[in-house]
Order: sequence, then structure tokens, then C-alpha cells
Amino acid sequence: MSKHRHTLSVLVQNEAGVLSSLSGLFSGRGYNIESLTVAPTLDPAFSRVTIVTFGDDAVIEQISKQLNRLINTIKIVEFSSEDCIDREFVLCKVNVKEETRSDVLRVVEVSEGKVVNITPRVYTLQAIGNESQIATFIELLRPFGIKELVRSGKVVISRENEFINVKQNVGI
Amino acid sequence: MAEIETKVKKETMNGAKVLLECLRNEGVDEIFGYPGGVLLGIYEELFHCDFIKHYLVRHEQAAIHAAEGYARATGKAGVAIVTSGPGATNAITGIANAYYDGYPLVILTGQVAVTQIGNDAFQEADIVGITRPCCKHNYLLKDIKKLPQVIKHAFHIATTGKPGPVVIDLPKDVIGNKTELKFPDKIELPGYNPNYVGHPRQCEKALELLCRARRPVIISGGGVIPTEGYNELTELANKMGIPVTNTLMGIGTFPADNPLSLGMMGMHGNFWANLAVSNCDVLFAVGTRFNDRITGNVKKFARDAKIIHVDVDPCSIGKNVRVDIPIVGDSKNVLRSMLDMYDASQPNIYPDDKIAWIKQIDEWKQKRAMPVTNTDKLHPQNVIEKIYEMTKDKDAIIATEVGQHQMWTAQLYKFNKPRRLITSGGLGTMGFGFPASMGAQVGQKDRLVFNIAGDGSIQMNIQELATCVDYNLPVKIAIINNGYLGMVRQWQEKMFDKHYSHTKISSPDFVKLAESYGIKGIRVTKEEELEGAIQEAINHPGPVVMDFIVEPFEMVYPWVLAGKPINQVLLSNECKCED
Repeated sequence: MSKHRHTLSVLVQNEAGVLSSLSGLFSGRGYNIESLTVAPTLDPAFSRVTIVTFGDDAVIEQISKQLNRLINTIKIVEFSSEDCIDREFVLCKVNVKEETRSDVLRVVEVSEGKVVNITPRVYTLQAIGNESQIATFIELLRPFGIKELVRSGKVVISRENEFINVKQNVGI
Repeated sequence: MAEIETKVKKETMNGAKVLLECLRNEGVDEIFGYPGGVLLGIYEELFHCDFIKHYLVRHEQAAIHAAEGYARATGKAGVAIVTSGPGATNAITGIANAYYDGYPLVILTGQVAVTQIGNDAFQEADIVGITRPCCKHNYLLKDIKKLPQVIKHAFHIATTGKPGPVVIDLPKDVIGNKTELKFPDKIELPGYNPNYVGHPRQCEKALELLCRARRPVIISGGGVIPTEGYNELTELANKMGIPVTNTLMGIGTFPADNPLSLGMMGMHGNFWANLAVSNCDVLFAVGTRFNDRITGNVKKFARDAKIIHVDVDPCSIGKNVRVDIPIVGDSKNVLRSMLDMYDASQPNIYPDDKIAWIKQIDEWKQKRAMPVTNTDKLHPQNVIEKIYEMTKDKDAIIATEVGQHQMWTAQLYKFNKPRRLITSGGLGTMGFGFPASMGAQVGQKDRLVFNIAGDGSIQMNIQELATCVDYNLPVKIAIINNGYLGMVRQWQEKMFDKHYSHTKISSPDFVKLAESYGIKGIRVTKEEELEGAIQEAINHPGPVVMDFIVEPFEMVYPWVLAGKPINQVLLSNECKCED
């Protein structure tokens, strides 16, 4: 079976130690975490954890079952790229010289990014996009010299008119 | 003002007292434990408490094992209390053991005051962090008001679904606060909803497959015990004429004296049971995790079989072996609904094929493992068979440690009922059996309880002899003394050219040791002394240590070497059976 990248959206009770039991499960059972994003939902009693992981279907099924087994886990949804909207946020410091300044600004423009800080030799840029857009943004900037890069990890939401909530149809 | 104050005082109660009241509310009347600095408040309440009996052990690990033995023998949750820091870290092995084998425990650990947590205070350990991967759930109590709810949830989580240990960490200052004693009437766990009823269509498909099967086998595992599906399992097997094998943990779920019983399967299981599983066309597995000790080489496990797997824990299904019909549900419900369907439709079950299949298995049964050494010393197998003969009519509970004696007990002692064999299967914890037998004796005071031990294992928790004396727990300890860590020695003999690296182990004079505790000690060195010694132990009203000096080089057969398929069975040192 081939390995694929999978995105899991996990709704958990917002309690101390929940993130630790979740990440401990990955390390203890030898699963991979590529990125992990956590923040409270509209209802601060719950948090949403978005995990990007990879493995074959059997491994993903086990991960999903094991996550479900945690007492604080309310619901898990596995997304493929078609059925969801995924976004990632990136901040990056890039070298600029007189002769490259306009090229850098063009990359920002095409990528629908923003210049958020300017110093004589370094621009700080931001961009929001899906996985491939972020990858393109980084690749386009690489030749100029990336001094520092910070990524948020992925967040996803389903395209469908279904809501992954504790209480049905309440958008927490 | 003064009036109001008294009114408030009336309604609230010391946290430690609330704790004991909550335990009583859950039906707890006996707990195992060991006090310590941060538990002084709770032990003060225990001093005045007339509804909970506390058993003081000699090591925290033993408190947890005893609670597990209690849980296994009674079906209720076992409760243990240990202090912070080293008390709690000593408890880890016990917690992990119960987690692996799926028995319900509620473990109360003391903790330093909330204000000191994280400051490396005296006897501080992050016990919630340490136990996270080896317990079903845990709590750090930060608000005394939540105590009744936490206790209620803990018992609910521990005893339902796949049972397991739940740890509650109680900081000293929190438990010292006052609160109102109000039992919660609801359980609010939105993330915890075990599925008990198997999907009816899946049950129907499973039954159809079993009916059509020519060479079916049932594997009954340890999960059948807490979900209490053993009567249904026996009924289904009898009605359909399907042979049943047990995993180590499932021993007792199907009567060993039933003609359809194949006994234990797996690494040291019966040759014919392994062959039956390897050659079956439909495998009906109930309440087993398909541990590697059961499957051997998993790629070659039951290759031609369609597999039906029933388990209350979805994680167990499809983890180690591929499954054709998964059913998430508890064994009793699933088997009951299959029986109802069977009774309603009376399908054709091809009885001739099933009879021919059983005949084939009977032929395999001719090949048996025999004691391999020719010696004038005691054969360990004979000791265990003699214990069986002399206790079989007494509905005894047998606890074992881990190693050769454990496998011989599983092979030779014929268990007809569940909750009679208490043994550490998943974690394989040496030192488990003796404290577990104490806990079983506490839970079943009128029953005869044996601890079959090795000379290595017994020394891992031998300090509990004092606990047996204190509470006059009449456990009969049978030490199968071969002077070696026998199971490891056996592997060294076979696979490492008899290099017995650090497996020869010395022991104290167990008889004198027992006597120094004020316990009866009996040494047995000859076959003809066996019966008298065991009878004397049974007749004696208190605990007894029996030291059986046995042949050191006896091997456990049948034996499937690790990583081999389970139909490649060694039956003796010379013979090799492949099929």
C-alpha cells in the first residue's frame, strides 16, 4: 500500500494535557506528524487540532481509531484535498538588493502576499494559501535568499454544508 | 453572621472525607495502598472510616497488582491509593499491566500542593504525564468541587468499553479543601461512547459465513470475560459444532472439559489448536487483540481463512491481522444476536463437514509434547498437574507469575470457568501473581487461592508475605524452583548455544524465609511427597509457601519460535513438526 499525506481535523475538549496525550500517541506508536495546529473553537470549551500526517491507509485508519479512543476526543474527520478548503500562513524574511527589489515585490504580488516590514536589506513578507501555493511562494523566493521562515501549519474546513461541531449546526 | 457560618460549615465536608464517601457511593469497601506525606489527610479520614477497609501492602507495585487481582476475581473495579513521587512511580508497572490486559482499576495518587507543582518539590513526579500512555484515562484534580464528578467518571471509564486503569492525581492542598458532598446524577463524557451492540447486518453476515464454513474455528480471548459473553459463546459453539481455542487471556471462557475445546493456542499453545487455526476456512475471533504470541508470523497466520473479528475496542480490529467481517460490539450482545438469528432461521450448517473437521483435529491431537528430561528429580509439569487434581473440585483461583510455570499452568490446569486463572498476559509482568493472588483472596474470601510462581518471579514481590500475615490471607504459594530464570534459559539453550548468561539465579531458603514471617513452609523434592504436601497446604488455615525443587532443565513444549508461523511447532528437543 502506498503512503499518502492525510489531513485529520480533530475536535477535542479544551483541557490541560489533551495535546500531550494526542502527540504522545503519535510518538508512542511511531506515527508521523508533519504539521499540527491547535486553537480553541468558537466555544472555548473545545479546541480544534489539525494534523497533517502520512502513511498507508491501514496506518491512517489506526491513527484515526487511536485518536478516537482518547476520552477527550469528540470527533475526527479525515480530509482529502478535494473535499476541503485548506490554508496555511507563512512569514518570511528575504534578502533584497537594489537590483532584486522589484522581482521580490512581483513575487509578493503574484502570490497575493504582503510586505509587512521593511529594513534596508531585508523584507518581511507574509502569504496565505493552500499547500501548493505556499510551496510555490517559497520556491520563488528561495533564489533571493530566505533568511528566516515561519509556517503556521495547515488548517482546513469542509466544503460541504455540514458542520463538525459538538452541538449540531452551531458553528463553534 | 455566626449563624450563617455554621450553616456553611454544615454543608461542606473535608475533601478527603468527600473522597471516601464518593468511593462508598461506587460500592468500594476494600482498597489497597501505602501512605505517604501528601496522603496524611486522606489517611486521617481512613483512620476514622468504618466503611472502607484498607490493606497496607509492602510496596506500591503490589498495591496495584492486588487491586487488579481483586478486579479479576470479582469483576468489580479494584482501587489502590499510593503517595506522590516514588509511591506513584512504583505503581507504574501495575498500571501498565492492567492497561494491557484490560482490567478496571481506579488508582488514587497523592500529589504535592498545586502551588508547588512544577517546582521540583520533594517527592514530586509528573504522574499524569508519566501514566498517560499506560492508562485508559487520567485526571489531575485542581478543584475540589469537581471531585465527585471525577470519581464518577473514573469508575465509569474504568469499567465500561474495554476496561482499564484510570489514574486520579490528588494534590495535597486540593484534597485538604472543603466542599459540598453532592453525588452527580449524570455522566457527561461527550467523547466516550463505547459501541456495545454489534451492527445487525454484520452479525448476520458473520453467521452466514460460519454456517457455510467447512472448517471453522472460534478463538475466544480475554475480552470475552469483562463483556461476559462466555455462556453465549459456549451455546453457539455447541449448537453449531464449532471447535473453540482460547488465548492465554481467554482461558476459562470456554470449558476445558467440553469436547469441542482445543485448549490454548499460540506460542506455547496446543499443537492441534495451532494447526486448526492455520488450516481453518473461517476464523471467528472474539475479544482478542491478535497479539504476536497468538499469531506468530502474522503474514502466514490463517492464510486461507475468512476472518470475523468481534471486539468492543475498534482499535483491536484490523490492527495486526486483516479482517473480512469486523464487528464492533461487546461479545455478549453480538453472540446473543447471532444466536437469536440462528434459532429463528435454523440454517443448514453442513454438519458432516464439521464432523469430518473435528475428526481431523482429533488426529492432530495424537501428537503431544512430553516432559523432555529423564530425571529422578521432580518434573515441574507433574507438580502443576497434581495441584490441578487436588484443587479441581474446589473452584480454586490460580494466579501465576510469568515464565515457564505460567505456560505449564495454562497448558495443564483445566479451567472450566472464567475468572479462575489470573495471569499477566500482555505486559508479562514477573512479580504480578503473588500480590494479585492476595487481591483475589480479599475479593473472594471463601475460595481457595493458589499462586503458582517461579523462583525468579516470587522474589520480585516476596515482601508481600508480610501483608498476607497481617490480614491472614491464606494464599497457597507454590514455587516451582528450578534455580534458573527458566523461560529465558530455555531460549538461551535453543538459540544461544546454552550460554546461560545471567539466568542462573540463587534464592533464599524459602521454607526458612516463610517461617521467619511466621508462615508455614514446606519443601518438596520427591514425587511421592507431592500429594501430602499439597494436601497439608490446602488444610492449613493460613498462608503457606511450598518450595518444589524441580528438574532445572525442563523445557516448555509445544513451542513456536518467535517470528515463525504457528503451525511450525516444536514438540520436544529432538522432534520438529511442520505442517
